[in-house]
Amino acid sequence: MSKKFSNLLRGYVAKPKVSISTGALGGLKSFLKEKSRTFFVIAFLTPFLAALTIMYGLPCALSVLMSFTDMGLSFELHFLNPLLKNYYTIFHVADPRVPVVAQTTILYVGCTLLINAGFSLVLGVLTAYCIRNENVASVLRLLWFLPRMTPVIIYALLWLWFTDPTYGPLSIVSSWIGLKGVRWLLDKPYSQLVMIAVNGYIGASWGMVIYVSSIKTIPLEIIYAAKADGATDWDVIRRIILPLLKWPILFVTSWQTLSLIGSYTEILAIWDGYSYTSGVEVWSLFTYHTAFEGYRFGYSAALAIVMATVALILVAIYFKVFGFKRMLEPSRIEV
Amino acid sequence: MVKVKLEHLTKRFGKVVAVNDLNLEIKDGEFMALLGPSGCGKTTTMLMIAGIYKPTKGHVYFNDVCVDDLPPKDRNVGMVFQSYALYPHMKVFDNIAFPLKLKKLPKDEIREKVKKVADFLEIGHLLDRKPAQLSGGQMQRVALARALVKEPDIFLMDEPLSNLDAKLRVVMRAEIKRLQKRLGITTIYVTHDQVEAMTMADRIAVLREGVLQQCAVPDELYLKPRNMFVGGFIGSPPMNFLDCSLVEENHEHYLDLGVFKLWIPPDIADLIMKNASGSELVLGIRPEDLKVTLTLPPEAKEAGQKSKVQAIRSEIYVLEPLGKDVIINTKLGDTLVKVVAPPTIRPSVGETIWLNFDLDKMHVFDKKTELAVV
Repeated sequence: MSKKFSNLLRGYVAKPKVSISTGALGGLKSFLKEKSRTFFVIAFLTPFLAALTIMYGLPCALSVLMSFTDMGLSFELHFLNPLLKNYYTIFHVADPRVPVVAQTTILYVGCTLLINAGFSLVLGVLTAYCIRNENVASVLRLLWFLPRMTPVIIYALLWLWFTDPTYGPLSIVSSWIGLKGVRWLLDKPYSQLVMIAVNGYIGASWGMVIYVSSIKTIPLEIIYAAKADGATDWDVIRRIILPLLKWPILFVTSWQTLSLIGSYTEILAIWDGYSYTSGVEVWSLFTYHTAFEGYRFGYSAALAIVMATVALILVAIYFKVFGFKRMLEPSRIEV
Repeated sequence: MVKVKLEHLTKRFGKVVAVNDLNLEIKDGEFMALLGPSGCGKTTTMLMIAGIYKPTKGHVYFNDVCVDDLPPKDRNVGMVFQSYALYPHMKVFDNIAFPLKLKKLPKDEIREKVKKVADFLEIGHLLDRKPAQLSGGQMQRVALARALVKEPDIFLMDEPLSNLDAKLRVVMRAEIKRLQKRLGITTIYVTHDQVEAMTMADRIAVLREGVLQQCAVPDELYLKPRNMFVGGFIGSPPMNFLDCSLVEENHEHYLDLGVFKLWIPPDIADLIMKNASGSELVLGIRPEDLKVTLTLPPEAKEAGQKSKVQAIRSEIYVLEPLGKDVIINTKLGDTLVKVVAPPTIRPSVGETIWLNFDLDKMHVFDKKTELAVV
């Protein structure tokens, strides 16, 4: 238990100061009352701490442990010699698929992040500020929400139909501009564009909701003041709204980075069996395939640890860039 | 500077009429207060003058030029809000400089103007701070500086003192008034506080449910309220209202208040009969216009007798001492009447007093239309 947490707990527990009576009996009562409080706090926290340990702590520790082994289908923990062999394989490119997967992941995370954190910002500003008719704005938001509300398999089937080389709407429309016979899901770079669109269409709505709610919390008086000061709508967006959305942007970017690095469900549903050859095998899907198709659990754990480390480093960089520490500083108001 | 004219100004939000057919003229350099309770349409009116809201009907004129289609940035108005509306992500300097940056003035000129206005408002030492590091009074000055720095033609202030504590409010009240007189900028000041409006404004427009009730100089509003709403809204404690009716007995006219009658001279009776829509009336008298005595004074006669001052005996219900005055609450029939008495009178609860009604200080309203008839 960290020192901070212990102090917090002590602060809560060490409450009873009222002495019931003097003497041994009073002391005993006070002691029992304090103990019962401690027991209450521990009992209250135990289910949560137990769940946290079982669901997160143990798998994390186990993954780290597994990454030093060659664990396969036999589920036996044989430590590798050298211990970091799996990591050498990843970083010394002993596995030729690693750089391909890494490139695909960078492309996927980078481009989809632009949609999920960037385009969603455009949508948020558009529907919360530019479009003054709230009914129209709500309908637009709903349209972007539809893919999020659709079950993954239905969503995947819709994309399979939409991109079908023969009768898919995308193929029909693209044939008008001379793009004929394109196998949207199999041929690079089209497959990668579809991969980005598939995930961007789902992801944009989440960021949009965060941005819309954040814009709605900006007091109207600030917008009015800016307008009276001579600001155009573009000035209001650029000089007032966007700077005030600094923390929501940090949050959405961090969250979406973590989500995208770890996401593969839609890609698996649409491209299963062809993902590597179609150029859409992202790191998390590669980790999944390594574990559950190649049955190399040890190597897969090492891939997962690398992925988690990269995600944490990226979030740390975001926090640094956005000045997260400053946000937590106490106010220095002089009254 | 600018003269502002509002012509049949109307603003609807769906079915709600926020401002209804408002006609008002604000003279060049005048300090006009828009006074009324919450939701009466005063802020909406101000936002239409600023160009932030478009009127549903009617027009806004600056110096006889219709500005209905002029965007806020081209109206050259300076606005100050109740919440100050400072940009939280900008330092004080950038807050004040914001209107000048939008005008794309040279940096040196911006720096010079900001410094000048900051020194004028004694906030020069705060320029490097963020709004979150300022007190309420300091934020108010920054908001004023931001509105002033662009040298506006019109100053619009939306309850700028409401967030300040009572002591600071009194100080800032005087400062804003002095500032306005010194700069001579046409000012429209929105407030729900009648004391603020009475002490600061050259003229006051009283609004109720989007409709203009009366626009006049403070003294006229106080002495000659056009209707019961204005009479009740101006003055603290508010005017006492007592239901009554006009009766005639033995060729004399009386206001019958149920528990007592007040004799009225024929000329007043004629006015009432001429202006009132019926016999149902309301007598209005301000707490400070009702004189309290412990005995019947020589200049007064008992209520119902021919006299300019008529008195009625009453019992003290509650006392509210204020230091310089005491507010006496007494009951006339079922109606609680408030009277402001000097501290020299030291009555106690349950004691009998005489309430002296001076005919010159009384207001009579038509109960149905609520309009003043005398």
